[in-house]
Amino acid sequence: MSEPVLQVRRLNVGFASRGRVTPAVRDLSFSVKAGETLAIVGESGSGKSLTAFALLGLVPPPGVVSGEAIALEGRNLIGLPEKRLREVRGARIAMIFQEPMTALNPVLTIGEQIMEVILEHERVSPRAAKARALELLAQVRIPDAERRFHDYPHRLSGGMRQRVVIAMALACAPAVLVADEPTTALDVTIQAQILDLIDTLKREHGTAVVLITHDLGVVAEHADRVLVLYAGRKVEERAARDLFAAPLHPYTRGLIAARPRLGGRGAVRARLTEIPGTVPGLAAMPDGCAFAPRCPVAEAACTLALPPLVPAGTGSVACLRVGDIHAAEPERLSVVHA
Amino acid sequence: MAALAHLRRGFVQIAFVVLGIAIINFFLLRLAPGDAAQVMAGEAGSATPEYMAALRRQFGLDQPLHVQFFSYLKNVLTLNLGYSFRQGLPVSELIAHRVGPTLLLMGASIGFAITVGGTLGFLAARHAGKAADTIISILALLFYATPVFWVGVMLVVVFSVALDWLPVGGMITIEAGHTGLAYAWDVAQHLVLPTLTLGLFYLAIYTRLMRASMLEVYGQDFVRTARAKGVRAHRIAVRHVLRNALLPIVTTLGVQLGSVLGGAILVETVFSWPGLGRLAFEALFQRDLNLLLGILFCSSIVVVLINLAVDVIYTLLDPRISLGGTP
Ligand SMILES: Nc1ncnc2c1ncn2[C@@H]1O[C@H](COP(=O)(O)OP(=O)(O)OP(=O)(O)O)[C@@H](O)[C@H]1O
Ligand code: SF4
Ligand SMILES: [Mg+2]
Repeated sequence: MSEPVLQVRRLNVGFASRGRVTPAVRDLSFSVKAGETLAIVGESGSGKSLTAFALLGLVPPPGVVSGEAIALEGRNLIGLPEKRLREVRGARIAMIFQEPMTALNPVLTIGEQIMEVILEHERVSPRAAKARALELLAQVRIPDAERRFHDYPHRLSGGMRQRVVIAMALACAPAVLVADEPTTALDVTIQAQILDLIDTLKREHGTAVVLITHDLGVVAEHADRVLVLYAGRKVEERAARDLFAAPLHPYTRGLIAARPRLGGRGAVRARLTEIPGTVPGLAAMPDGCAFAPRCPVAEAACTLALPPLVPAGTGSVACLRVGDIHAAEPERLSVVHA
Repeated sequence: MAALAHLRRGFVQIAFVVLGIAIINFFLLRLAPGDAAQVMAGEAGSATPEYMAALRRQFGLDQPLHVQFFSYLKNVLTLNLGYSFRQGLPVSELIAHRVGPTLLLMGASIGFAITVGGTLGFLAARHAGKAADTIISILALLFYATPVFWVGVMLVVVFSVALDWLPVGGMITIEAGHTGLAYAWDVAQHLVLPTLTLGLFYLAIYTRLMRASMLEVYGQDFVRTARAKGVRAHRIAVRHVLRNALLPIVTTLGVQLGSVLGGAILVETVFSWPGLGRLAFEALFQRDLNLLLGILFCSSIVVVLINLAVDVIYTLLDPRISLGGTP
């Protein structure tokens, strides 16, 4: 297969206060290929949005980003000066936000806001930019694009606004699209439409998608690979099919068990909060496995040292007892060994 | 057509406001002890009861209060504001002479305060937490805390008396008899110090307001969207942040107009600026009721009209508000 367009190696994001940095995302590595959708799941506060912002170099102060690399099409974004970063943002890597209602500027027409991305990154005439913007509005299935072009955001529904945000994100045909819970704020029926739209556009343009979500139903339907984040660390990353067939990490197993039903549009979609207990606070992270206090199969060794990420089938997992879990359910795990 | 409906509604509002102000003005001033007849008789030095009665009869001051009020109201509605016994001229004529200089002074002061204050606030927000921000914020606090009349006197002492760069007071150099451009230049020179005096206080307010407003908008989601789009910093500041930050500034402008007019009275007195404020000041001390009522009445209309204009500006700036009222 093709080379990954985005490669993240040992990404760390923390918050500086009183001379100390409290880590929030730790040693995170992953990669995404063109046309592939990587889902990042994890409960609230696990560092999903921070990861997304780090990819675009948009972590607000007092956030601190460090690490080996965020390699976008071979160029490392970590340590890139703001001027260079700005040229990449919106052009090679773009983002869709959770709140379509507030993501657009209320005093500019949607046409102006779409044209802005194009004019900022490309040497084209305003007339050409306008033509492109109209084309984009049609591409994201906004009816009557000519008229909508001159509308202000408050005249559009949430779903329509999210389509506009998607149009802006795709305006310069970026290599990577980061979508941070793009449908959480929308009605269930609209959610499906928006996600299908992202899928379609991804296929047409060969965009790599990083899809951040709480919703395992969404993951099952739209993701090729899944990365499970717990307290800022990757605990499991596998092909979506394998992960759902045979989750390895006790946390992932808990998540999937907590889901009422797999797939099925409009099914009751569980937020990832159904596992007893809460994520430990960033400042009070225990030694060893961060999931240990909530883990049903934890043992003494789990609190001694950090479980390393080890290869497992189509991906990797970080759990000391993963071998025992294999042993307990060999038939379900056959996929992993295939 | 929505604009027309809006204007019509505006004028209905004006009618009510004006009526209310007329009522309040009239009764407030009648409640004060002493009337014009007493004052005039006192000045003339012959306060015989017969003379006073004659005066009162002549000007309707012997009528019952409600009769006086209705005749006042009738006059007001026909824009007949009565006669100033003191100045020996019709009130409307006096006001017509003075309203121009006051509007000039207010306009110049507010224009100065908003452009300079807005720019300073903009710069402070762009460099929030840096040295420029600190310096601007301290300056703003200083102007805010300094009494207006003190600023006025100090400006006169420095620029007129010590340096002799600018005239001490008045609006024109009377003996020069300038016309055309020379006249405008003459007025402009006279305008500088009163404008600074009145404007510096509001400059401080608009600096602080603009800074706070910009910082608030900077925290909003659509600014993050603009960043994610790769829009460059100064364009984010102007196109996305400033435009939204202007909305509260315009609102405040509308609210503050009354107080700017109040400030103008003080400044006009300090600089002998021939405006409504100084006229009101004189009328007050001479108990020139007709004149005072007329001035209060006209200044209310000015404030209401400017507020209407501010409303229209606001609707132009914020597409979420349609001129028709309900969206
Ligand atoms: N400005 C900040 N200062 C200190 N800590 C912060 C700050 N912003 C975020 N954090 C912490 O970083 C962690 C990760 O936050 P993040 O927003 O990435 O979570 P998330 O996975 O996106 O959660 P959600 O599902 O609620 O969106 C959280 O524990 C949060 O408390
Ligand atoms: S390492 Fe131990 S505590 Fe952590 S998930 Fe595995 S079994 Fe549970
Ligand atoms: Mg988030």
